[in-house]
Amino acid sequence: MSTTNPTAPTGKAAAATADWLDQRTGVGVAVKGLARKLFPEHWSFMLGEIALYSFITLLISGTFLTMFFVPSADEVTYTGPWTALQGTTMSAAFASTLKLSFEVRGGLLMRQVHHWAALIFLAAIVTHMMRVFFTGAFRKPREINWVIGFVLLTLGLAAGFSGYSLPDDVLSGNGLRITDGLIRGIPIIGTYLSYFVFGGQFPGTAIIPRLFTVHVLLVPGLILALVGLHLALVFLQKHTQFPGSGRTNGNVVGYPLFPVYTAKAGGFFFVVFGVIALMAATMQINPVWNYGPYDPAPVSAGAQPDWYMLFLEGALRLMPGQAEVVFGSYTVPFNVLIPGLVVPLLLLGPLAVYPFVEAYATGDKREHHLLDRPRNAPFRTAYGMSILAEFFVLVLAGSNDLIATHFHLSLNDITWTLRFAFFIVPGIVFVLTRRVCLALQRKDREVVLHGHESGRIVRFASGEYVEVHTPLDEHERWIRVQHEPVRPIRIAPAEDSRGVRRPHYRSDVRRQRLSRLFFETRVEPVTPAEYAAAQEHRAIATGPGDAGHEQIVAGTGDHASRS
Amino acid sequence: MKSLAVRRHDRRAPIVLLALALVATGGLYAVLAAPSRADAAPLPGQADTTTGQKLFEANCATCHGMGAVGTAIAPSLVGVGAAAVDFQVGTGRMPMTVSGPQAQAKPVQFTQTQISQLAAYVASLGPGPQIPTADMVDPSKGDPATGMAVFRTNCAMCHNAVGAGGSLTEGKFAPNLWHTTPTHIYEAMLTGPQSMPVFNDANITPQEKRDVIAFIKQQGGTQPGGLDLGALGPVSEGLWAWVVGLGLLIGAAVWIGAKSS
Amino acid sequence: MSQVDNHGGPADNLPELRTAPPVPEHFENPGLPEHKPRLGDVDPRADKRRERIVLALFAVSTLGTIGMLVAFFALPTGRDVATIHRSNLWLGLGLAASLLGIGLAAIQWAKSIMSNEERVEQRHPLQSAPQVRQAAVRNLAEGVKDSGISRRGLLKTAVVGSLALFPLTIAVPLIGDVGGSWDVSKFKHTMWRKGLRLTIDPSGRPIKAADVTIGSVWHVIPDGIDKTPDPLEEKAKAIVLVVRLDPRDVKSEQIPGGSYQGIFAYSKICTHVGCPVALYEQQTHHLLCPCHQSTFDVADGARVIFGPAKRPLPQLPITVDDQGYLVAKSDFTQPVGPSFWDRLR
Repeated sequence: MSTTNPTAPTGKAAAATADWLDQRTGVGVAVKGLARKLFPEHWSFMLGEIALYSFITLLISGTFLTMFFVPSADEVTYTGPWTALQGTTMSAAFASTLKLSFEVRGGLLMRQVHHWAALIFLAAIVTHMMRVFFTGAFRKPREINWVIGFVLLTLGLAAGFSGYSLPDDVLSGNGLRITDGLIRGIPIIGTYLSYFVFGGQFPGTAIIPRLFTVHVLLVPGLILALVGLHLALVFLQKHTQFPGSGRTNGNVVGYPLFPVYTAKAGGFFFVVFGVIALMAATMQINPVWNYGPYDPAPVSAGAQPDWYMLFLEGALRLMPGQAEVVFGSYTVPFNVLIPGLVVPLLLLGPLAVYPFVEAYATGDKREHHLLDRPRNAPFRTAYGMSILAEFFVLVLAGSNDLIATHFHLSLNDITWTLRFAFFIVPGIVFVLTRRVCLALQRKDREVVLHGHESGRIVRFASGEYVEVHTPLDEHERWIRVQHEPVRPIRIAPAEDSRGVRRPHYRSDVRRQRLSRLFFETRVEPVTPAEYAAAQEHRAIATGPGDAGHEQIVAGTGDHASRS
Repeated sequence: MKSLAVRRHDRRAPIVLLALALVATGGLYAVLAAPSRADAAPLPGQADTTTGQKLFEANCATCHGMGAVGTAIAPSLVGVGAAAVDFQVGTGRMPMTVSGPQAQAKPVQFTQTQISQLAAYVASLGPGPQIPTADMVDPSKGDPATGMAVFRTNCAMCHNAVGAGGSLTEGKFAPNLWHTTPTHIYEAMLTGPQSMPVFNDANITPQEKRDVIAFIKQQGGTQPGGLDLGALGPVSEGLWAWVVGLGLLIGAAVWIGAKSS
Repeated sequence: MSQVDNHGGPADNLPELRTAPPVPEHFENPGLPEHKPRLGDVDPRADKRRERIVLALFAVSTLGTIGMLVAFFALPTGRDVATIHRSNLWLGLGLAASLLGIGLAAIQWAKSIMSNEERVEQRHPLQSAPQVRQAAVRNLAEGVKDSGISRRGLLKTAVVGSLALFPLTIAVPLIGDVGGSWDVSKFKHTMWRKGLRLTIDPSGRPIKAADVTIGSVWHVIPDGIDKTPDPLEEKAKAIVLVVRLDPRDVKSEQIPGGSYQGIFAYSKICTHVGCPVALYEQQTHHLLCPCHQSTFDVADGARVIFGPAKRPLPQLPITVDDQGYLVAKSDFTQPVGPSFWDRLR
């Protein structure tokens, strides 16, 4: 199996290099600690890696692009090969985007790699967060890393938005214009903030170079630093693992970093970059030459932002205009502020602090390294699904014009339907998801207590028909019974034994109310006692008093498989 | 489904049925009349106007009225000109078969000769926009750059930046333009069919109209960056990023995580 | 089967349950399942085969790299759509093959050749040991004592104060000039003034009132906008849409006398967040914004009839000059575009 021969010249050279480095840095300690560090294996643990690798892809392709992109609003006249724009006046930013797309070999490829990677970067962050949320991986001691991840999501949005606007085309220019409208709506300081961002009146000439600095220096720098911290914490705290035979809260079961994960994770980077390259080779993205250079007058049908901003666009579309109010002679456009600021805060804010809320509701101070199966945390799963459903409603609203043309529906009907859906759908999804979770838990209990349905029907001597159930093996059973039930917290009574009112009683009651909301409705796992009782029942049913029964069950090999 | 059922009991249903019957008759007539027309000169003249009038009375007068003066359900066609007839009938929008938010393009019901005759008849009712000559709509004589500038200011908000189409209110929509003939594009600008506004020659000059046609005719073909994904913008790009990009990558992750045998 | 010294019999061993009544409170973790070797671990031919797959994938990568280099030198770009498309496609496919070859080879190697026996490692509590913590607290306390900060209250104030103030040295100059002139009253005015001609966007041709027929729509900019110092900023406020309505269709007017013979000029900037409102449906006189679908009724004083905007589009009062061209009567009578705090003041 071993393919490296220590006496081979490469082996010797590597050893010499390692020695040289160790004498100067003492790196041996780190190598000893990390080389055989174990990581558990599951496909969903790779989602964060997709985000990391698409970020590296972004850095590589982005560096390529900066060599050719000119972040300037200076006016130039286009003379390149694209006939539909020849002679058109445009900014240097737009002209250089065209030049690097059409005249630099591989420039268009890198631009498309960059944009596809950006879409996938954010999609991967979202799916990674879904995995972490639904499995409860954010519980102690990983709350900090959840918050870091959340900040990374917002930085990812900032990176995407600032980059999207750089080519200075009509589509992104209208995006900036909407941003300006949003900023201006903020009470008292709105108009000044608009000047702050644009360096004067919209659009001005300052915004492109400013966004460029934000996009290539500020945001990526912050992302890099936080990604480093994020990963350092993963190493320090060791990765969580799914429950299973041999996996406990106190161990890690998996494969070593070197060589298995060096190869798998390293290889996966190339796969991520490769898939993005494949998309960039065959699928066109953001053809700015079709939109033309920015001009405040035109706009095209299908004026939408990239997918990760679509929920904001949808919220803006759904909000009825009546919400704009005038106090005295001051205008407060709630029709802009509610969808633009309040809705995102209400949807995302609770997610950011969710680990702390849940810890408060459970009162649990222990470390958790074993993941929850989503069905075993019905409230959390239902809450997460309802937030996702709300985002989905908003994304649909942001795409309502395309839905209208593709499904031959009325734009106005879609908007009205989604206005109601915004309030109804999350509730329905919450209730349904919780019920599905509880049903799945009951199913788990059922299977543990009575075994799998085997599909074999046997007839007793008495004429009764019965389906034979196959009991679970110990590994199958363990996965269904291993979790601890989480019950609402109990609090001390309002008065102590001497009838004196307790100081923190009120806050305790509030806490208990929250805890009940989370955990009152629950299905507890099968206990060994219940299991024993079920087997007892089975034994009685198949006891000597019922000879025919005994005979047939025994004949199914039911007992044989158990022993 | 329900809306269809409702529509069946609509009070306009008899009219629609009648229109359908008339279209069928007209189609039959067209089949029978075609051979004898084959050798007739295509130039419009008095004879064309007369035949056009017959065609009109058989196929259009139910809704537009005798003499095309209009009725409660359809507008007057006096003064709409030959261009409007050539566009509406030549793209199959007229005769309308079902009532809906807007008349939609369908298989054309008449031969080009018959359309010319209908157009000649309607043009004889009052002065209106003429059918453009082949030279006026020749894309090779237009400048796509000027065309793009005019298109994005006047057309792109409804028809999308490259003419892929877009949504209007209440179920109406602006159609895709990639397969519309240059003549029909020109006529549409000139006459403003249905929801579309009129762009007369003072607003968009004949030369600019030809430039617009030159720009549209460049669209819908091979794209520099690969598949155009419907040319619908960021929403379709986002959908593909999730389905293809994340789909493939999660597939790869599942493969990495699976035990090999 | 792991038999642990516990009060009860193991839960999975049923026949014994009846004879050992004390039942444990929790089920017992059954421990790692037995490791099954792969085919390649036991069959030498399968072993050879898995090595060949990895080699083939690395070969694909090398071929991809070569292909990309060939495409780079052999396929020129930038002549027309076809050459750009071809260059992008082959460079991209080469790059993808080069990367996917390496990636798939490495993963296949890890999956099929490297040991796939799961190992177990113990976790340790993250909290540092009590002695360590005590030492840390002691060190900190010593440091604080050394610094003398606890005895000198004024020093504490001075440190906090100067640290809190120093960012002003950067922030004040930055904020001072980052917003340009900070003259936000510019939001309230546009370059329209009495007698300024309405011209066609983008050609700049003036518009004869007689040419504006019913059912037509005109996208309009002020005359001479290109000669202003900041044409884009002016255009972002001054764009106008002109339509002519059949007088019988007009339900209401925003500015009495602001239209000329049924010709109305409305600001093209949405009162919601500022997109150009440009979809004019000539039959219904509805004007739709493609960004957020606010719908305005041009025949009814540009009132909002659907969507997220609240206010009607401001009307530009117009008339004709002595040559019959459309001209503005004045600037807009209210600020155009999205709402802001003091727009009414």
